Amino acid sequence: MADAAVSTAEPTRRDFLYLATTAAVGVGAAAMIWPFVGAMAPDADTVAAGAPVELDLAPIAEGQIVKLFWRGKLIFVRHRTEAEIKAAQDVNLNTLRDPQPDSARVKEGHAPWLVVYGNCTHLGCVPLGHQGEYNGWFCPCHGSVFDTSGRIRQGPAPINLPIPPYAFLSDTKIRIGESGTAAA
Amino acid sequence: MTSHEHATTYVPKSAFAKWFESRLPIAGLIHSSFVAFPVPRNLNYFWTFGGVLFFMLVLQIITGVILAMHYQPSATAAFDSVEHIMRDVNYGWLLRYLHANGASMFFVAVYIHIFRNLYYGSYKAPREILYILGVIIYLLMMATAFLGYTLPWGQMSFWGATVITNILAAIPVVGDSIQSLLWGGYSVGNPTLNRFFSLHYLLPFMIFGVVILHVWALHVPGNNNPAGIDIKTGRDAVPFHPYMTVKDGFSLVVFLIFFAWWVFYMPNYLGHADNYIPANPAVTPAHIVPEWYFLPFYAILRAIPDKLGGVIAMFGSIVVLALVPWLDTSKVRSAMYRPIYKQFFWIWVVVCFVLGWLGAKPAEGGYVIAARIATAYYFAHFLVIMPLIGFFEKPRPLPRSIVDSVLGPGASRIPVGAAAEPHAKG
Repeated sequence: MADAAVSTAEPTRRDFLYLATTAAVGVGAAAMIWPFVGAMAPDADTVAAGAPVELDLAPIAEGQIVKLFWRGKLIFVRHRTEAEIKAAQDVNLNTLRDPQPDSARVKEGHAPWLVVYGNCTHLGCVPLGHQGEYNGWFCPCHGSVFDTSGRIRQGPAPINLPIPPYAFLSDTKIRIGESGTAAA
Repeated sequence: MTSHEHATTYVPKSAFAKWFESRLPIAGLIHSSFVAFPVPRNLNYFWTFGGVLFFMLVLQIITGVILAMHYQPSATAAFDSVEHIMRDVNYGWLLRYLHANGASMFFVAVYIHIFRNLYYGSYKAPREILYILGVIIYLLMMATAFLGYTLPWGQMSFWGATVITNILAAIPVVGDSIQSLLWGGYSVGNPTLNRFFSLHYLLPFMIFGVVILHVWALHVPGNNNPAGIDIKTGRDAVPFHPYMTVKDGFSLVVFLIFFAWWVFYMPNYLGHADNYIPANPAVTPAHIVPEWYFLPFYAILRAIPDKLGGVIAMFGSIVVLALVPWLDTSKVRSAMYRPIYKQFFWIWVVVCFVLGWLGAKPAEGGYVIAARIATAYYFAHFLVIMPLIGFFEKPRPLPRSIVDSVLGPGASRIPVGAAAEPHAKG
């Protein structure tokens, strides 16, 4: 056992001990860090406050845009007129920076209702409704223009106004948001 | 005197390591301080509490920083925010119990560490500054613990803060001004809580700085040891790694098991039930009691019938600790070789426990008399007994070397296993 060659050829008890100790320390360290990282995750009351919200659509007139918050984020609910729906649908998708047909941005059979996040996708300002060339939204911060489907048409914003998770509970009621800690 | 040389045995291996080391020699510093550093081979487990204390400081800081993400330092929200941490924050209950019981464990470790110093003469030349830095750390710990205890804003938090800030008013001339600046108002209230939170966050980092000085001051002469005699040859010492790293590691594990038992089985035992009642400035609890680690000083404070006298005695009981290097006149360091001092040391330890027990009792009748006797003895131990014993005691003969003290006389001729690296000592 006195060969210099042995240290490279056969692992010794010492090698095993080093490996086992390192592995145990690694597992122990991970176990110790877990609660500290976990404590920084959203706590139970924040998660509870982030539960889905229901919205009654009946009082919203045609042409009106309603604002609400879910999980601290602003959401626009727009009751579109016939003209606004037609303008949103009659678009050559090749001209769009972020091509999406209007049908992909509304629920089937509920084309009048557009539900989008209310922050410009450039740097986060709240865009102004019924403004801009397409009468959708206009962001005054850097001039982004969104159409009646919330898609970016002009200006620096890179993508369309995102759609939050939502579902129709009936023709006049939607539930916005989903439960759990998954990001929207 | 054995002085630790600064020539390092660290040899940077990679090109990057060489480049870095020539610009900031921190790897070499860590190597010479915590890898190659020669440590007496006869150290017992009482020498592991410095490492335990460092771990506890880091743990308190980490748990405290995460708790501070959820705690609200306002008089109206603080109590509820602590309950929010206990109930809603993921692992909040664990962090809170780790932090609260961690403070108690911190003091358990520091008291064992202090008793070690006083028994083995670790405060004696050339370690006086090292020791005094330790007293400063202890004072900062006490301030930090007091401030932290006020934060939940329970009945004990509020009334403990009231009692202690009223004590400061006893200081002549400047007392009222200090009290007003601490209160931030005309009594303990929201401004007080806010600034106590700020200071509680600050002080541990000051402790950290003094700890660095403390370890630096230690590394000049090197560790003391149970025999109290200096390292004479390389065979008296072993390298810090792996010998002390493993010993410290094992001791820490045992300590953490003890800590875990409190955290998971008796997390509120060391606290006071009244602190689960929100602070009420109109109702004082029947018995205001500080946390256990302050009880001896509380007993001393109450033992003196005069308000200012009590304050002076209480602070004096800590100041006298700082004077020990000069109060102890013995030429011999370790109580292992001081048969008379050893007995008085243990009597003093018992008196400390008695003072602690008395601190929790109401200040009436026989308890007051007992507290006065115990306080008098506490000071007599330092101011009378320690100086006198040094003169009159006949110490036992010291061993010739550390190796001899471990292996018996005649051991010098027997070859000894791993010695410290050749550059250091002898």
